[in-house]
Amino acid sequence: MNKNIKIVLSVLLVVGLLVLPFLFKNYRVFQFNLVVIYAIAVLGLNMLTGFNGQISLGHGAFYAVGAYTAAVLMDKAGMPYWATLPFAGVVCFGFGFLMGFPALRLGGHYLALATYAFALAVPQLLKYKHIEGFTGGVQGIVLNKPEPPFSFRFLDQPLSADRWLYFFSLAIAALMFLLAWNLLRGRIGRALIAIRDHPIAATAMGVNLPVFKSMAFGVSAAFTGVAGALGAICVAFVSPDSFTVLLSITLLVGVVVGGLASIPGAIFGAAFIQFIPNIADEISKSAPWAIYGAVLIGLMYLMPSGVMGLIRTIGAKLRPAKASASARS
Amino acid sequence: MDAFLHQIFSGLANGCIYGSVALALVMIYQATHHINFAQGEMATFSTFIAWALINSGWPYWAAFFATVAISFLAGVLVQRIILRPVEKAPVLTNVIVFIGLLVIFNSLAGWIFEHTIKSFPSPFAQKGMLATSIFSAHELGSALVMLCVLAALYAFFKFTPVGLAMRAAAQNPESARLVGIRVSWMLAMGWGLAAAIGSVAGMMVAPVVYLDPNMMGGILLYGFAAALLGGIDNPGGAVLGGFIVGVLENLLGAYVIGTELKLSVALVMIVGILTLKPNGLFGKHVVTRV
Repeated sequence: MNKNIKIVLSVLLVVGLLVLPFLFKNYRVFQFNLVVIYAIAVLGLNMLTGFNGQISLGHGAFYAVGAYTAAVLMDKAGMPYWATLPFAGVVCFGFGFLMGFPALRLGGHYLALATYAFALAVPQLLKYKHIEGFTGGVQGIVLNKPEPPFSFRFLDQPLSADRWLYFFSLAIAALMFLLAWNLLRGRIGRALIAIRDHPIAATAMGVNLPVFKSMAFGVSAAFTGVAGALGAICVAFVSPDSFTVLLSITLLVGVVVGGLASIPGAIFGAAFIQFIPNIADEISKSAPWAIYGAVLIGLMYLMPSGVMGLIRTIGAKLRPAKASASARS
Repeated sequence: MDAFLHQIFSGLANGCIYGSVALALVMIYQATHHINFAQGEMATFSTFIAWALINSGWPYWAAFFATVAISFLAGVLVQRIILRPVEKAPVLTNVIVFIGLLVIFNSLAGWIFEHTIKSFPSPFAQKGMLATSIFSAHELGSALVMLCVLAALYAFFKFTPVGLAMRAAAQNPESARLVGIRVSWMLAMGWGLAAAIGSVAGMMVAPVVYLDPNMMGGILLYGFAAALLGGIDNPGGAVLGGFIVGVLENLLGAYVIGTELKLSVALVMIVGILTLKPNGLFGKHVVTRV
């Protein structure tokens, strides 16, 4: 019975996700794209901060590196958009791995500090005049939105570029979530959590601390880099000023809202960081950030495990009631 | 030669600002072992308060001291209301709360005082007798103000009972509590002092870089670098670190790499210090017990 419900719900969810873009206008679909992309980036940060306990305030920088990798490859090397994603992942893995080395010696606050400095410095580095030939300097790079490879109409709506990209990002996101789930559910995931909870005990159990920590950094950066590349493709524009330190903080907000150390939480976090600013913007230009700040602090007091924690708590409260009810009948 | 001397002096003047931001960071680090990411935004917010007071007709120095007092109170309140509940929480929680404070102060400053760039008056006459070809009156004046702040702090910690109590609370909270010091309130005092020092730094730097909600972003980064260079648990070292970072930044900017990559210099400094000499030049070596 329970299993059947689960199957029905999953099928409904998949159908819902597939039909969704045809029910809304192009601009909304574009926003859904960004939710999917942010979900990948938030998942990447969560692997590092939530599961491994390494605090990064600089993941916006990896997002920027991924976006620029994709943009430069498409603009200068004429690569098709889908082929740039693995490159973005590999480049960001490299950067993340390199960042992971100093991170080995830096605990807690110091790592947060170093990554914060990284996030502040990246927009300036992207504007650096000696690499302007590649990055386009302050102006950034304007790209073409990829056209869908085939066309059809559904619910009286054509398969527009945004809708095509929605399916493309959704497929990539599904793949990335599957990868993350596979990586974290087994031995590696346990090792990462052990390092977070008690590094010395983890070492004593035979976990190779330096390797795991820098790999976690690399993989996390790669996830965020792929998200960045997808972001560049969807927005069709990159510029240094869209990757300020605020992007890094936004991703952190996503992780905290969705729930630290929770894979599905990334989706809630991404939806939050995409839609709340839109709603709050109507109050004042500054309102989104005031709300972000209040949510960050409020969640730390009231709901440190985020939306997923809340869902789990409610589920746990319902279950015994159901069990005793069925026992009585 | 004159140009070189000018670079050095304006580096020293900047160093004063970095040093005082670093000092504010050290105040909080010593007491709570946390790095306050919101320090810069708190200072910016204080500077906006000073700007509002001056614009409503207050004389400069009255507004100056009023702002310092308000900032002190605000710092104490922030610690009592927001930081106290998470005092014993893990590092991640604290960092997230600090980031929350950062964005709240930043957006409040933008919300209340708007995002336009404002000029901020300097109390030191532009062409006064203090000015020479090597440094401007404001540079010398702000350096003097910062030195006064330092002297006052030194006297406070050295010669007053409250200062002694604060040092005791920072060094050994358990024993301090046993002799009747209210340790938690001492932490709040530390926060208040940090906010007050930050407000002075903000008011001194605002005439140079102009006032807007993101004014302190880069300065905070240099403050971090200065604090780390001097050793994050050493107030004197932090100030000296500030001078070194200020001069280094100016010389590198003028002669080696140009001004575009200033923040990257700070990044390289921070990562370099943290990996090569994590305790800084004058910091204590910390050994953790398993």
